[in-house]
Amino acid sequence: MPAHERITAAIAAATESGRPGLVPFITAGYPEPADFIATLKAVAEVGDVVELGIPFSDPMADGMTIQRSSFVALQKGVSLKWIFEQLDSASGEIDAPLVMMSYLNPLLAFGYDELAKRAHAAGVCGFIVPDLPFEESDEIRTALEAQGLGLIQLVTPATPDERLKVLCDASRGFVYAVTITGITGGGTGLPSDLANYLDKVAATSGLPVCAGFGIRAPDDVAAVGRHASGAIVGSALVEVLEQGDDPRPFLRSLIGT
Amino acid sequence: MSALLKADEATALLDAAIRGELPDERGRFGPFGGRYVPETLVPAFERLEAGVREHLHDAAFQEEYQTELREWVGRPTALTFAPRLSESWGAEVWLKREDLAHTGAHKINNAIGQAILAKRLGAERVIAETGAGQHGVASAAACARVGLPCSVYMGAVDMERQAPNVDRMQRLGAEVVAVESGDKTLRAAIDEALRTWVTDPQGIYYLLGSAVGAHPYPYLVRELQSVIGREARQQMLDLAGGLPDVAFACVGGGSNAIGLFYPLLADDIELIGVEAGGTGDGLGQNAATLATGTPGVLQGSYTIILQDDDGQVQETHSISAGLDYSGVGPEHALLQATGRVKYVSAQDDEALEALEELCASEGILTALETSHAFAYARGYAKRNPGKRILIGNSGRGDKDMPTLTKYPARIRSHAGA
Repeated sequence: MPAHERITAAIAAATESGRPGLVPFITAGYPEPADFIATLKAVAEVGDVVELGIPFSDPMADGMTIQRSSFVALQKGVSLKWIFEQLDSASGEIDAPLVMMSYLNPLLAFGYDELAKRAHAAGVCGFIVPDLPFEESDEIRTALEAQGLGLIQLVTPATPDERLKVLCDASRGFVYAVTITGITGGGTGLPSDLANYLDKVAATSGLPVCAGFGIRAPDDVAAVGRHASGAIVGSALVEVLEQGDDPRPFLRSLIGT
Repeated sequence: MSALLKADEATALLDAAIRGELPDERGRFGPFGGRYVPETLVPAFERLEAGVREHLHDAAFQEEYQTELREWVGRPTALTFAPRLSESWGAEVWLKREDLAHTGAHKINNAIGQAILAKRLGAERVIAETGAGQHGVASAAACARVGLPCSVYMGAVDMERQAPNVDRMQRLGAEVVAVESGDKTLRAAIDEALRTWVTDPQGIYYLLGSAVGAHPYPYLVRELQSVIGREARQQMLDLAGGLPDVAFACVGGGSNAIGLFYPLLADDIELIGVEAGGTGDGLGQNAATLATGTPGVLQGSYTIILQDDDGQVQETHSISAGLDYSGVGPEHALLQATGRVKYVSAQDDEALEALEELCASEGILTALETSHAFAYARGYAKRNPGKRILIGNSGRGDKDMPTLTKYPARIRSHAGA
């Protein structure tokens, strides 16, 4: 089966077991590059799918926490090449499917065909590219799909219905439903009309829908879990890791396990 | 960079550019341009594109815009012959005086046009980014003029080196937001403005100040700045008795340069864009994007950018905040790739020297950005005697006094040398 179906299956398995799927996000190599694989393993123990952030110099869709993690990781020498080398070294030791989140330019610099081969070999099943709208995505999508990797589409509350359908149909793995019109790490709580929006995305999509942006606490996960198959938790987890804490108790608390 | 296009492709694209067919419907200038923005902003960009299509060449919009350019901005700006500079350089030097436009730079041409557009599109408030502060001042003034609240995002480093402009923006009623993230200059200010726009894509109008970013900004800004080249072309015919042999403009994001060059593309005029050479050729020592960069995606556009092998965008250095940017407008990337425009650079100290020379010989304190164009033009004139030269004098240098006061000894030593 294509690698992107592993993502779908992992979220579906969580649904089967009667809880929301959990997709933890970490910035690769943050806070300490030396701890990267240990952190990834710990996060993957609890998470159903792990979203791995590739640091970028201009993270325009991200709030302060992920900006900070991205800059520090870059300063400490983290690069896509380095991340692949680290993942190779942990080959076979991480069960959860990995999804890479990267702005487009580092992927463009790596070369799409080479990227798809390297990513597939390293156990990566899909990509999220926050500054790549569907209209510009043909080239990388073709390269990724040649290796069975999926390009996960983001949809937002501002997405018109017709476009929502196009994006849901194009997505692989899951559909990433951005909960708010804003950037990552929002602290103002989830919007009141979230339920209707997530229901609409779920009704449009043939894939599981995972909600992300501004999800920080068990209540948030439960709230989106009633209307989506999974929750993506980024900034709040990065803050836990910044404190030097074990991420597992925090992640378990989110899904009540 | 000409290797990016085959010779026949380059010719066809340049012809299309001259015929006014670029950008295409996907916002592309040949391979460059496009729209690489977060999904949250896609509907906002589509609305903006539709709004530009509906209003920009509409008679009612144009009447209001042209009236504001004439009666509020003070257009047409003068074309000034520079007799002492001409004698010293062995050339015939003409200056297109955007420094005489209201608020002191070409930026106002774009700001008032987009402010009128924002009003017509029903925006509740305007945000803008600024590097040197000139676009921030122009946006603040234009928003006051049309009656819209304005917030200007400005890197903390730039706020220090362009302090007089911060005060001006505030007096013109704008909120100035200090950007402490990233490189704390123009690039970080654009990132932060985009992050803010994402929070309310319906209510906010983003008044982008250069011919950069995602479609339709490079097109919109070019259309609003082309008044520079159209006026200059006619003024050269009327006052100089003919077109120039060569035209120079400084290039950061490239709005004043595209405004000057675009109406001259079809003419037999050598066009030279001058970027910031900073303190040297090394990565991070300059902002000479076209001269030393490679293709990539930055802030919404596929263009030439300064980046490392991993695709990380590099910080830049220039003495002039307005040129201190790691990318460049996608149309400039195309004009370079087709060979129609040559892009070169001048270093910090050469720009300072040129600024001093222009002050002393013509009584014009030009902006540090603009000084780069003078610095390169001066060397060019001495190597190619007898040319008729047009220089886009994009802005005035009053805002640069805090920087200039740090270099008195250096300037005096150059003057005495």
